[in-house]
Amino acid sequence: MNNAMIIEPEDNVAVAIEPIPKGEAACYVLPDGTPCRITVIENITIYHKFAVHDIAKGEKIVKYGEHIGEAGAFIPAGAHVHEHNVISVRENLDDRG
Amino acid sequence: MEFLGYLRPDGRVGIRNHVFILPASVCAADVSRIAASQVQGAVTFHNQNGCSQVKADQQLTMDVMAGYAANPNVYGTVIVSLGCENCQMDLVEAAVRERTSKPLQKVIIQEAGGTIKAVEQVVRLAQEMVRQAGLLQRQPCPLSRLIVGTECGGSDPTSGLAANPLVGQLSDLLVDEGAASILSETTEFIGAEHILAKRAANREIHDRLFDIIHRYEKSLQLVGEEVRAGNPSPGNKAGGITTLEEKSLGCIHKGGHRPIMAVYDYAKQIETTGLVVMDTPGNDPSSVAGMIAGGAQVVVFTTGRGTPTGNPIAPVIKITGNKLTYAKMEDNIDFDASPAIYESGSMPRLTQELLVELIEIANGKLSKAEALGMVETAIARVCNYV
Repeated sequence: MNNAMIIEPEDNVAVAIEPIPKGEAACYVLPDGTPCRITVIENITIYHKFAVHDIAKGEKIVKYGEHIGEAGAFIPAGAHVHEHNVISVRENLDDRG
Repeated sequence: MEFLGYLRPDGRVGIRNHVFILPASVCAADVSRIAASQVQGAVTFHNQNGCSQVKADQQLTMDVMAGYAANPNVYGTVIVSLGCENCQMDLVEAAVRERTSKPLQKVIIQEAGGTIKAVEQVVRLAQEMVRQAGLLQRQPCPLSRLIVGTECGGSDPTSGLAANPLVGQLSDLLVDEGAASILSETTEFIGAEHILAKRAANREIHDRLFDIIHRYEKSLQLVGEEVRAGNPSPGNKAGGITTLEEKSLGCIHKGGHRPIMAVYDYAKQIETTGLVVMDTPGNDPSSVAGMIAGGAQVVVFTTGRGTPTGNPIAPVIKITGNKLTYAKMEDNIDFDASPAIYESGSMPRLTQELLVELIEIANGKLSKAEALGMVETAIARVCNYV
């Protein structure tokens, strides 16, 4: 039974679709159907995000295949990803130069 | 596909048959409220503005007032003004007349001789109007006659996973039927504007999309403020949304996948079919008001945390993708989109069910917000009163 979701294959965060207690497995399926499993290292509140692999400080947080912010600290795989370790960054997305 | 609507003399089609008591300023809001409470079938809203506003703000207020009166859900309007406000009766009347030829009456409180006499005049005019409005019969109309506003409020991550993608599917379906669908909330394009811009039908629309976002950010920076100060909200964050960019990337799903055919300023009359963008605040009641002033007969509104938002002129259909919120706030929410998360392949079925709900509500079934009397309106603004 899946208790998490990932939106795009390049995302480095997945979303809990049930509460996932610390130490339990988060199970989700990649868009191509590949099942994935990762142990969460903190309690993950329903609909909150966790890292699907280690994320270095300064690395982009990717959800929807897009940047939603930048890691403010090293985020280990399975950790809760939220305000405490993500910085919102205003990127220049205007393609008019 | 068809719905049952009211044909208006200006050629548009309504899904409600309200008589609108329009307060031209805050000083006419209480007379309007008291009169509306006396007349079955009359609606009004608490207008906080209409006086002591800079030109740009007065224009936003005028556009909402004229747009509400012209909205095809309105049979006719009684304008109520105090008499000395900046939004003078002749200006408001002209703005309404520019948009519609529907029945229009007016009462000026200072000329009527005070509150009691003004209330009496407004009640008598509105009473006659609702009686005449009652003669109108609904007629079958193609879906192409609909302008549907889309909005998200009290978002959480389920908005981007389920409710907004579902509304996006509905939007695509409506656009393919020849209707107009409005994507709104400029603040919630921030971080996702490059995706929207790629969908612009031409270069001018592409540039306009970036321009409305830059204009919005700059207007806040002018007063030393920053959009991120209140967005995401505490509730967005408690739900699991971390940044404005994350919120925006979920938000834009409401716009589906069709090309963006036009970009409208706040509360301007929508004249284009297909998917269009309106420059509105992320604040729900003011964004909803802008789209309804633009002619939307109905608004489809997604929420994660659960909100009561309604509107006096048009039904607001509430949808959530959060199964806990639906269970907790079913009184306020019309449609449970959570199967989009939990049942693989459920999106086509949900889209059809939501379309049926939309058509039923167009045909006269009350949205939950209407049934509970939720009628809040806010109007976008640029700066402080003068």
